[in-house]
Amino acid sequence: MRELSYAEALRECLRQVMREDPDVFMIGEDIGVYGGAFGVSAGLIDEFGPDRIIDTPISEAGIAGACIGAALTGMRPVGEIQFMDFVTLSMEQLVLQAAKIRFMFGGKARVPFVLRMPAGSGTGAAAQHSESLEAWFVHVPGLKVVMPSTPHDAKGLLRAAIYDDNPVIFVEHKLLYKTRGHVPEDAYTVPLGESKTVREGKDLTVVATSIMVSRALEAADLLAEEGIELEIIDPRTLVPLDMEPIVASVKKTGRALVVHEAVKTGGFGGEVASRIVESEAFDYLEAPVRRLAGLDMPIPYNRTLEYHAVPQVENIVAEARRLVGGVY
Amino acid sequence: MTDQTQAPDPQTYLQQWGHEPAVELLKRMLLIRAFEEKAEELYALGKLHGTMHLSIGQEASAVGASFALKRGDYLLNHHRGHGHCLAWGSDVDLMMAEFLGKATGYCRGRGGSMHIANIEANNLGANGIVGGGIPIAVGVGLSIKMRQTDQVVIVIFGDGAANEGAFHESLNMASIWDLPIIFYCENNQYAMSMPVRRAINIEHISQRACSYGIPGVTVDGNDLFAVYQAVKDAAERARAGRGPTLVEAVTYRWRGHSKSDRQAYRKREEVKAWQKKDPIRRYAQALALDDQELENLRAQARERIEQALAFAESSPEPEVSTILEGIYA
Repeated sequence: MRELSYAEALRECLRQVMREDPDVFMIGEDIGVYGGAFGVSAGLIDEFGPDRIIDTPISEAGIAGACIGAALTGMRPVGEIQFMDFVTLSMEQLVLQAAKIRFMFGGKARVPFVLRMPAGSGTGAAAQHSESLEAWFVHVPGLKVVMPSTPHDAKGLLRAAIYDDNPVIFVEHKLLYKTRGHVPEDAYTVPLGESKTVREGKDLTVVATSIMVSRALEAADLLAEEGIELEIIDPRTLVPLDMEPIVASVKKTGRALVVHEAVKTGGFGGEVASRIVESEAFDYLEAPVRRLAGLDMPIPYNRTLEYHAVPQVENIVAEARRLVGGVY
Repeated sequence: MTDQTQAPDPQTYLQQWGHEPAVELLKRMLLIRAFEEKAEELYALGKLHGTMHLSIGQEASAVGASFALKRGDYLLNHHRGHGHCLAWGSDVDLMMAEFLGKATGYCRGRGGSMHIANIEANNLGANGIVGGGIPIAVGVGLSIKMRQTDQVVIVIFGDGAANEGAFHESLNMASIWDLPIIFYCENNQYAMSMPVRRAINIEHISQRACSYGIPGVTVDGNDLFAVYQAVKDAAERARAGRGPTLVEAVTYRWRGHSKSDRQAYRKREEVKAWQKKDPIRRYAQALALDDQELENLRAQARERIEQALAFAESSPEPEVSTILEGIYA
């Protein structure tokens, strides 16, 4: 089976889509000759030229606005925000314009664009280059939010996002860019709004996003040696959120743990936990629904402190043991 | 930057346009005035749900700019936008229905006064965020350039918006890529209560164009001919692939910022002095219409607004069962 890295899978998707659809173009900071801060667009300028791989000044509101205006007039832009932290500078355009244009205008306008951005800690980049802000966008009706955890899903979800007729916030993870996995050569779509059960088990449902999926899988291997079987579900898209497999899983296991890197308070985990307890799975719960998330703090620079600021494999193992053992 | 101090000669334009089209422009201005006056009246009668931002006194700016552009061009405008929308040729029935929040309105009652759009006519909508439409214009300009059409986009904003970061990012991006954009600043002297003379430490907002290497021009925004010429020049330049222009139209907001404004920040005499520069009366004089002819046209405009109001009032409210429609495509 052919393997690609997460970054290569994204690039292959972009190349395929741009070859088949002249309405698609890329716009962002240092995405041309530099190839993007994390190399996702490396080499694309050689094939598509500077008119379709557009380097911008450091103007994040401008990048978002450029995507919106082009989308409103028939194009399908793919914008890149160099670090998810910097999307704070685009918030007005995304929250008050992109998300609301269609609704405010009576459902008569379309704003089909994707804004890609790398999130997450683990690179020693400290508090202003390590944010995980996906919950902010989940809170804004009109936006879709996608968080791929594997090279396969990165390629297929990006294609779905580009051809979706809505603004899509596409959250990549810096530590995933170099991870490798099976990626078919053909163009394919992973539909938005389909959770994926990535490991089956009977004892505990773990809902994990982005890099936490691979950490949960590692934890599951360790726990399996003790006879604890995790069932791991990756929602893949936070909006729209496919709760069905999650609810079905919790009915089976009777226990649920939600794991994400973003800080716990106000995080996406609270949403998933609430939806579980509001669902028919409530009657099947044998333990409280728990969240394992980033500490409520900015990401520290120091390597050890940074490591301990967000969930790691051993934290998932410990939390799972407690939940399954009835100690919480 | 050029400060266009020399007023254009009206007769040149009137000969070029012909009498009927020239009168049509007057009718549009009167329609805007009548719409705004009716809006104000409806508010006073308690018939409206929200607030509104009236453009009385700024009619020449809206109509002159619109007339300088072609069908197929794009419009983005701001919260004080009824005038631009009518100048763009919008259906006053559908506008009034939207204003009253009716299902038959342009935006099915979802947008209201501040968010009227007519996507089919490339009117990409009014914006409730000061400066919010300016970055979007960059994307529209980029799209025009990539699709290689001969369209232009005009983005209309106020003096307040020229102090938002979005303005500066956008002018710069439009300049480096030679985008076909007309940045059209209606300097009506006040950003809510903040006078432009205290908010900006240069004589003309159009001077800011220098920083971005694009032309900037200031015109008398109450002179329809001057506005027309400036926007026409900017559009020709844009269509020729020579990039954006910043046009500043100096005008005056006769009414308060919104309906809650008691206007403690300005003197009555100042307002009265500007009312003497009424853009409608001024244009009517250029057309050599006497008072009676002007009043006849004014009555016609009011009659048309009454018809629009009747349409709007007899239109259905949106069905509650449709409340979630239009959020996602």
